[in-house]
Amino acid sequence: MQEKLQCSFCSTALSFPLQTATRFLTHSLQDLQQPAVSSKVFIQRDYSSGTICKFQTKFPSELESRIDKQQFEETIQTLNNLYAEAEKLGGKSYLEGCLACLTAYTIFLCMETHYEKVLKKIARYIKDQNEKIYAPRGLLLTDPIERGLRVVEITIFEDRSIGSGR
Amino acid sequence: MRECEYSQISTRSSTPMETPYKKRTPKKRKWETFPGRNKFYCDGRIMMAKQTGVFYLTLVLILVTCGLFFTFDCPYLALHLTPVIPVIGGVLFLFVLGTLLRTSFSDPGVLPRATPDEAADLERQIDVANGSTGYRPPPRTKEVVINGQTVKLKYCFTCKIFRPPRASHCSLCDNCVERFDHHCPWVGNCVGRRNYRFFYMFILSLSFLTIFIFAFVITHIILRSHRNGFLTALKDSPARYPFTAQPWLVVCFFSVWSIVGLSGFHTYLISSNQTTNEDIKGSWSSKRGKDNYNPYSYGNIFTNCCAALCGPLPPSLIDRRGFIESDAPQLAPPANGITMYGATQSQQSHMVSLYTVS
Repeated sequence: MQEKLQCSFCSTALSFPLQTATRFLTHSLQDLQQPAVSSKVFIQRDYSSGTICKFQTKFPSELESRIDKQQFEETIQTLNNLYAEAEKLGGKSYLEGCLACLTAYTIFLCMETHYEKVLKKIARYIKDQNEKIYAPRGLLLTDPIERGLRVVEITIFEDRSIGSGR
Repeated sequence: MRECEYSQISTRSSTPMETPYKKRTPKKRKWETFPGRNKFYCDGRIMMAKQTGVFYLTLVLILVTCGLFFTFDCPYLALHLTPVIPVIGGVLFLFVLGTLLRTSFSDPGVLPRATPDEAADLERQIDVANGSTGYRPPPRTKEVVINGQTVKLKYCFTCKIFRPPRASHCSLCDNCVERFDHHCPWVGNCVGRRNYRFFYMFILSLSFLTIFIFAFVITHIILRSHRNGFLTALKDSPARYPFTAQPWLVVCFFSVWSIVGLSGFHTYLISSNQTTNEDIKGSWSSKRGKDNYNPYSYGNIFTNCCAALCGPLPPSLIDRRGFIESDAPQLAPPANGITMYGATQSQQSHMVSLYTVS
């Protein structure tokens, strides 16, 4: 796919040597920086307890070579527990609901809902898990909220051994 | 862009090679490329259905009715009975307006459509389950047991997802909505998980408001009639007080009954934890079978009501005001091996697209 390269400032076509050099450098930098995505695994929702947000803890076969079954199940179980906490019906959530109703729901303009607070907690947990456990194994967890709470997307990167920087 | 004596190349490729100095295109918000048939206002803060004519009618009816009441009946009633009447009327009116706007403008619980990777993965799984054949397989369903009841989850061909239980696809808005109740043209939006409580509060407070207005208009006529006689008062008032004209009273009478009836119906739905959709289809009625019961009900009316009205409010899943990730690559310096993998999702999605393009 040989496109004509242009200078970004004045849109003139680059000379052939410059084009070759640019392409070489860009590819080399990309090879250094960005590992190839081998595949993606999607952990679907578990609806056996109703409509509450819960993900299946079944261990996908694609991850067998990368991570412990127990570690994975622990991550998913913690996520499920956090979502259960967000959706829990209890004194606190009722109080929040009643207060909101009395103020004609204007209170949410200045206050964060309980659910939103827990979602932030979940985001921190996922970031933490990625840094400590999944990234060193060439995996990346995506926060389910970015996928509409439908799936937990796990990106599997190609198993390249990186010499420097480890 | 600088002036230059060189002439520009006209064949500019659609996917130019990325450089760190790429000219920035203005960032678009996600609502601008939303696939459903919704209208957005205030830069994505307000979300409504496509047809909003009836909503404006609702607004006009409420404003005109209340306006006439406050102008013509309240002065007399405040003077001869008590000034508390206009105050209560005012509070009710503001509550009705607030809940109406909240119902109409909020996201009902729209489920975002599946990303291409997800859709491909689901297709693969379904093909494996069916034994991949050349022709299109029959409509896809998944069965799930919830609290002892078997529930069928249908696959939505538009959104490319298996719909969660109680979700339904609204053909008017072209979205899958969680806990879909119905599409209400009067509020100009779907009624779903996120705005059901506002909808219920709206019709409940509107019932109180219409009964309140109706009762005090009658009171006004009766009080006047002590002087002139009832029929004379009824005849005279339209000339001086257009609100008390007979046609208006008839309209009020019927609207009171329909709104009160609707409130009663939704009170029943809330107390049994059903949606209008489920009730109309008779999903959990005992006529379907002896063992058919509602698996979502908490068992007692009080918990069902609390859960529907005071439960936690889930956030919007569609992130209307988020920015669509730009294509500029983030060349992060590799401080250690982990940074590379710990890149943000936007970088990863871009990395994927870079590799598929080249």
